[in-house]
Amino acid sequence: MTTSRSEAAKPFRSLLVANRGEIACRVIRSARAMGIETIAVHSEADRDAVHVAMADRAVEIGPAPAAQSYIDIDRVMRAIEETGAEAVHPGYGFLSENPKFARALAERGVVFVGPPASAIDAMGDKIASKKIAAEAGVSTVPGHMGLIEDAEEAVRIARDIGYPVMIKASAGGGGKGMRIAHDDDQAREGFEASKREAASSFGDDRIFIEKFVVGPRHIEIQVLADRHGNCVYLGERECSIQRRNQKVVEEAPSPFLDPETRAAMGAQACALAKAVGYESAGTVEFIVDADRNFYFLEMNTRLQVEHPVTELITGVDLVEQMIKVAAGEELPFAQDDIKLNGWAIESRLYAEDPYRGFLPSIGRLTRYRPPEEFASDAEVVRNDTGVAEGGEISMHYDPMIAKLCTWAPDRDRAVDAMERALDGFELEGIGHNLPFLSAVMAHPKFHSGDIHTGFIAEEWPEGFSGVELPAEARRRIAAACATLQRIEEIRRARISGRIDNHERRVGRAFVVQVAGESHPVTLEAGAGGTDVTFEDGAVMRVEGDWTPGARLARLTVDGAETVLKVAPRIAGYRVRHRGADLDVRVYTPRQAELAALMPEKQGADTSKLLLCPMPGVVVHIAVAEGQEVEEGQPLCTVEAMKMENVLRAERKARVSKLHAAAGDSLSVDQTIMEFE
Amino acid sequence: MQEILRELEERRASARMGGGEKRIAAQHAKGKLTARERIELLLDEGSFEEYDMFVRHRCTDFGMADSRPAGDGVVTGWGTVNGRMVYVFSQDFTVFGGSLSETHAQKICKIMDMAMRNGAPVVGINDSGGARIQEGVASLGGYADVFQKNVLASGVVPQISLVMGPCAGGAVYSPAMTDFIYMVKDSSYMFVTGPDVVKTVTGEVVTAEELGGALTHARKSSVADAAFENDVEALLEARRLIDFLPLNNREKAPVRPFFDDPAREEPSLDSLIPANPNQPYDMHELVTKIADEGDFLEMQAEFAKNILTGFIRLEGQTVGVVANQPMVLAGCLDIDSSRKAARFVRFCDAFEIPILTLVDVPGFLPGTGQEYGGVIKHGAKLLFAYGEATVPKVTVITRKAYGGAYDVMASKHLRGDVNYAWPTAEIAVMGAKGATEILYRSELGEPEKIAQRTKDYEDRFANPFVAAERGFIDEVIMPRATRRRTARAFAALRNKRLENPWRKHDNIPL
Repeated sequence: MTTSRSEAAKPFRSLLVANRGEIACRVIRSARAMGIETIAVHSEADRDAVHVAMADRAVEIGPAPAAQSYIDIDRVMRAIEETGAEAVHPGYGFLSENPKFARALAERGVVFVGPPASAIDAMGDKIASKKIAAEAGVSTVPGHMGLIEDAEEAVRIARDIGYPVMIKASAGGGGKGMRIAHDDDQAREGFEASKREAASSFGDDRIFIEKFVVGPRHIEIQVLADRHGNCVYLGERECSIQRRNQKVVEEAPSPFLDPETRAAMGAQACALAKAVGYESAGTVEFIVDADRNFYFLEMNTRLQVEHPVTELITGVDLVEQMIKVAAGEELPFAQDDIKLNGWAIESRLYAEDPYRGFLPSIGRLTRYRPPEEFASDAEVVRNDTGVAEGGEISMHYDPMIAKLCTWAPDRDRAVDAMERALDGFELEGIGHNLPFLSAVMAHPKFHSGDIHTGFIAEEWPEGFSGVELPAEARRRIAAACATLQRIEEIRRARISGRIDNHERRVGRAFVVQVAGESHPVTLEAGAGGTDVTFEDGAVMRVEGDWTPGARLARLTVDGAETVLKVAPRIAGYRVRHRGADLDVRVYTPRQAELAALMPEKQGADTSKLLLCPMPGVVVHIAVAEGQEVEEGQPLCTVEAMKMENVLRAERKARVSKLHAAAGDSLSVDQTIMEFE
Repeated sequence: MQEILRELEERRASARMGGGEKRIAAQHAKGKLTARERIELLLDEGSFEEYDMFVRHRCTDFGMADSRPAGDGVVTGWGTVNGRMVYVFSQDFTVFGGSLSETHAQKICKIMDMAMRNGAPVVGINDSGGARIQEGVASLGGYADVFQKNVLASGVVPQISLVMGPCAGGAVYSPAMTDFIYMVKDSSYMFVTGPDVVKTVTGEVVTAEELGGALTHARKSSVADAAFENDVEALLEARRLIDFLPLNNREKAPVRPFFDDPAREEPSLDSLIPANPNQPYDMHELVTKIADEGDFLEMQAEFAKNILTGFIRLEGQTVGVVANQPMVLAGCLDIDSSRKAARFVRFCDAFEIPILTLVDVPGFLPGTGQEYGGVIKHGAKLLFAYGEATVPKVTVITRKAYGGAYDVMASKHLRGDVNYAWPTAEIAVMGAKGATEILYRSELGEPEKIAQRTKDYEDRFANPFVAAERGFIDEVIMPRATRRRTARAFAALRNKRLENPWRKHDNIPL
């Protein structure tokens, strides 16, 4: 279903967007479509940002750090006064859940596109919100909030709740004073241990017990409420793919919920919204266990980052509805009108280098070419972003670059669309998690929907080091690269200055080397495609309109749509595809024979070097040449992104040579010191 | 009759075996290809025409009369690279260690003469233990004959050296006089005196690799233009280089089909120059965004990184690029970068390759190191090279163009044909801060006044318009339009004719 926006009179004359990046762009897009004048605010660092260019007007509100610009209420209020903005959309983050901001706006008669301050207040406190939720009939994690006298009482309570339970120090944190118990004995021991630890660590031995949810999923309900007492839920979003509580991939609907659970969760979410007098879009987060028991986690009183997946399956423009609700309009639909259509997935593209433990990466986007956005009945590709090629990923703000969304009538096809869209996303200049996103998409457990919040930590316990493609995919790449190479060679042979009648004839036989395997192939180019014959007689047809030099090859290989990022390298290509980063060589048979004679060269031995793990400045060198160091001893401190990182010795060694001094600016992998 | 024909085949087969199976195996064991294998990779498949296969040495001393292999340690002839003619000689280490005899040298000289006459590049593949000691002075004479040919061929046909094994003593001077030298890591080295002599004479202990390996010459001495992992990579990259070069000095640079819109706009270039004037940016981005298909063959990439030199194509045709690199030493000119760029500019001029100069230069590097090293004369080389060049010259000033370095970098005054500036350009005698400190020395104690003076100077000169008013800049262009504007500029210069006054030759400050 879609909501019509053309006939309605515009709810506001002007709207100031108190945010930056993709969400500012997102809000501006809907507001403009509604005919509302849009006003951007920006820091000094964001003068050339996309959201500034998109808005009708823009106001600079302060220096780069968000504390002095985007979340400085006074400065934002000044911009509002200056521009006479009628309403303010806060986006997410920054001031979006700050009741002081909502009140400041109310005092000046400016409309806040969001819930009433009272609702923000009520849901802002974890304990209080849980109580309100419980009172509203929302299911909360079963537990005992009061103090527990002794071990026997702990056992009684644990039995009431049902094992397993978590025994937690009231003042706890960082895993201290925390025990999981699966039976009475463990409950007894756990209680005593937690109490001791709590007393010694926090000087507060109060203990409480709650249900321990094993392998939980994170599933949230989108609600939309108006001030006329209407509240609907727009289905759920599954956000279980997280890394250290940072959501990475979201989808709607959840592959796990059945209609009954969905309806129950939706009803509870609406009940909670009503209980706090909620207006606007909001999200009620739940954890869901393997038996589809769900428990309230918290309510986010703002537009969520991952709202596009809901929009894609409901056809509702959430930003448009937020603006209308804020203007006092009634929701144009009732619960029965909300139909979930198809499947949507969102991948969050972060400026974090997955090969380096997801360290944030900053710098200039020397190349930024997202896949083309389009919408058809079979597939939608949507990319919410706030950057453009040449833009700067700065250390001052969130490292999210874009939210790439795909939609298809069912989950498999939506995943397939996402895999292709990720393949076609070109991004250079900074480290980013594109390969990791591809790896998630390709994971069998993700495919089957068998996911929980510990998925990433469990499946990549040692971190991410790339993707090994299946044999069939490697063959497709071999076929594709041979075809590209032949096209390239034919162009080379058409250079000016050839000796007439003695031109070079490009051969049809190639040997493609991919990931340590050799694929001798023969090419037969015909109308509309090239047939690549492998040694075992198998034939793959490669079709596409690739021209030499193009960095993206959109091909059909053996019937499968195959998108490769190809960068020329000596005798072949660097190919990036489905999270794999491959050096592919394409030789003529004779070249391959001779190349086989070349010695395998070991990469330089870096085991005796301390390399700089990130670009940064040396703050301090803690050792001197000739000094013996013990394992774990600090060697040097490098400041990067305002964080001081202490680099330590991996083993006992003697420092033979220092290559850097305090104050030096180092790039990644630059040598800091050598050991004997 | 059949027998006579068969004898030819037998003689050929024997000659092709060079030093025999055992030595070939030894060559492979060192990670090196044989002379003929290298030629196979360099040239189009099946295109090699060999000459002088049956040449043998005439030495009789020291038992040499008993061993007279056909070919005498060097394989010569011609073939094609993507259909274009190239002459080649390839020293055969399996025959007398590739040592150079009188006849070996004659073979090389013969194809160099042919190359000059017929207007095709010469590729020399060096893998030789040195002089044929048994021949004595005859061998030395051979070297000198080759040197003389190198000198005469210089600027007539491109000469490329692929050093793929030892190249020591006097032998180094033949590659040294060619236009480009490619080396292979771990298996090639070049030095005038080897580690043993170095140790005897100076007591310095150094390995052959450290003294004259590929990385040493690519990074420290600038003798090599690039260093590669192995023979195969070096040879394939030599083919790539040849595709950029004209066949001789009477021809225009080659053109090949291209698949990139010459009018392609690059909006991201509008933000290439950082807001902070002291913040660097990577000039590679501009070069690759101007180039057809982003293809930039950088020469001497590892040496004097404060200036970039290399080849791109615009509308399919080769253009030489010289660009200051703000990422290294703020892009200043110094001894090394001036030498590097000067030689490159002269190569381009000698072979009718148009030159694109991208300028962001704060000036010359100060200091005793530079002055004692003769930066005056080295800097003058670049000035001289630009000043004498008659090929089409297009210049784009992106940011700083200060002082004498402004003049040097293909300015209008050095017969720049089309001189563009970005709106971010600052063309002045020096930076505003330095200028005010000299102009208002008496006010140095008053920071506020100085700040105002600095601002005044900036407002007056930190832009391209003062220069544009005088016509020193032909047009101020949008950064995003740089590819289109430079492509059109070179298109308009296709029929450029300009000649320097007659002279025997110039006297560049070497």
